[in-house]
Amino acid sequence: MSTPSPKGQLTRDEVAHLAHLSRLAVSDEELDLFAGQLAAVLDAVAQVGKADVADVAPTTHAVPMTNVMRPDVARPSLPRDVVLAGAPAAEDGRFRVPRILGEEA
Amino acid sequence: MSDTLVDYDEVLTRYEPVIGLETHVELGTASKMFCGCSTTFGAEPNTQTCPVCLGLPGSLPAANAAAIESTIRIGLALGCRIATWARFSRKNYFYPDIPKGFQTTQYDEPLCTAGHLDVEVDGETYRVEVERVHLEEDTGKNLHVGGSTGRIHGADHSLIDYNRAGIPLVEIVTRPIPGAGAKAPEVAKAYVTELREILVALGVSEVRMEQGNLRCDVNTSLAPIGSLEWGTRTETKNVNSLRSVERAVRFEMRRQAALLDEGQRIFQETRHFHEDTGSTSPGRSKEEATDYRYFPEPDLVPVAPDEEWVASLLAELPELPAARRTRLSDEWGISPTEMAWLVNAGAVELVSETVAAGASPGDARKWWLGDLARRANDAGTELGELAVTPQQVAELIGLISAGTINDQLARQALDGVLAGEGRPAQVVEARGLAVMGESDELVAAVEAAIEGNPDVADKVRGGKLQAIGALVGAVMKTTRGKADAATVKRMLEERLVGD
Repeated sequence: MSTPSPKGQLTRDEVAHLAHLSRLAVSDEELDLFAGQLAAVLDAVAQVGKADVADVAPTTHAVPMTNVMRPDVARPSLPRDVVLAGAPAAEDGRFRVPRILGEEA
Repeated sequence: MSDTLVDYDEVLTRYEPVIGLETHVELGTASKMFCGCSTTFGAEPNTQTCPVCLGLPGSLPAANAAAIESTIRIGLALGCRIATWARFSRKNYFYPDIPKGFQTTQYDEPLCTAGHLDVEVDGETYRVEVERVHLEEDTGKNLHVGGSTGRIHGADHSLIDYNRAGIPLVEIVTRPIPGAGAKAPEVAKAYVTELREILVALGVSEVRMEQGNLRCDVNTSLAPIGSLEWGTRTETKNVNSLRSVERAVRFEMRRQAALLDEGQRIFQETRHFHEDTGSTSPGRSKEEATDYRYFPEPDLVPVAPDEEWVASLLAELPELPAARRTRLSDEWGISPTEMAWLVNAGAVELVSETVAAGASPGDARKWWLGDLARRANDAGTELGELAVTPQQVAELIGLISAGTINDQLARQALDGVLAGEGRPAQVVEARGLAVMGESDELVAAVEAAIEGNPDVADKVRGGKLQAIGALVGAVMKTTRGKADAATVKRMLEERLVGD
């Protein structure tokens, strides 16, 4: 993990790290562009912190809805070649990942 | 490396076990928990996946109504309190068996809490307290390549099939179960057996342990007798048969006792069960338990089961196994002890179905608890896993009642059924097992027996009727067991004893 930046800022390194975690190929120019744009987004979101919420009950959802469910009906899945096209590596119809250390399956 | 083990009876002279069980049940829904992918077992790898269960960006989950209903029904059957407000949470961890980077599960607000299940072992009832029943999604299956054992150590890389990822999984967690003493392994097995029966009665899962529909984690700890504190527990995973549940507890008790005897301490750890040896080995250490960073799943709204809905689900619950056993005991005219034998043998449903297929309760019990139980035991499997259906057993019993075969021939017919040669009637036909009628062949065999054993025949003629057994035996030998002993005896008497 790269070191978190001071509040209100987002470093170019952090954006590069996030891009790597997201498996996104980002050019140097884009890094500069996104670092600025994302910082602006974070600043905008940070304004929420100014609201007085002393009398507001904690919630996890913006809309007061419950019991949203779908009927138990099977629908077609994606074709396997499409599924595996998004994998970094595949073998025998399965996703291939580096060996997993320190744990037993 | 083999562990030092203390003799089981000796363990109990010094230690008191406490057990606990976490049981995972794959629900038998048609589609996955949060998407419409099929749940069919055995499909080609990665053919039952979609953007939701692969965790692709922008996809949104939608909860499966049938899975939520099944979870509530399981809770009701276990006498749980059904939450009026429940939520899903994200359990964050990085391991490739979940492509999303988190498992959607229930954390602090499960659907069902505070239930119980009474189980009986050797005529004594043990109450197992159920802490919670919650709903989550199953993970994908890893295949480790390059290692000799299919396990992670020595593996070069892993291959993953996400067909199972996202299948609704219900986790049923007991509170610690103290006080079972020497019976702890059997109580553990009895609990899972009873739970399985309930799940079958509810029809919520196929509960086939060999397919992984039902998987158990078994917690075991030991404390010195009289101690006020419980010992440190180990959690044995990978326990995938009823018999193994019992074996895993027994093994852990014997292993832990040896360590405690030497003054060592037990580490809280995950252990793996090995079916072949009945032993456990260390898995990943819980010393560095991951911080799962649980937080409420923002993409799913809370579940607030409506009181009326829950009441109607309760009213529509099927007859549960315990009530069913009481009723069947009455119908079959058997004692609670005899019923307990059937339960222990896993034979209640098998006998019930055999009776439903036309056999008498007495005959059905005799075959399942006798010959079939012996075969299952010899093969080291459960009774229900034998390759013979209750309908076939009823057919076999019918053939005996009709006089087509006798018990001995029936056992041969059963050999054939178990070997996949077809239904009992087909095996009897194909192997020529039918009892011989009063045919020319049988008459010839009877007369040959008399001629071949003149001394014995004379004794019978002279009034020593018990000697006739030797002649019956001779005829049975000639006919290779295909004659009916009673018929042979009557035929011999007709020839040797005047009225």
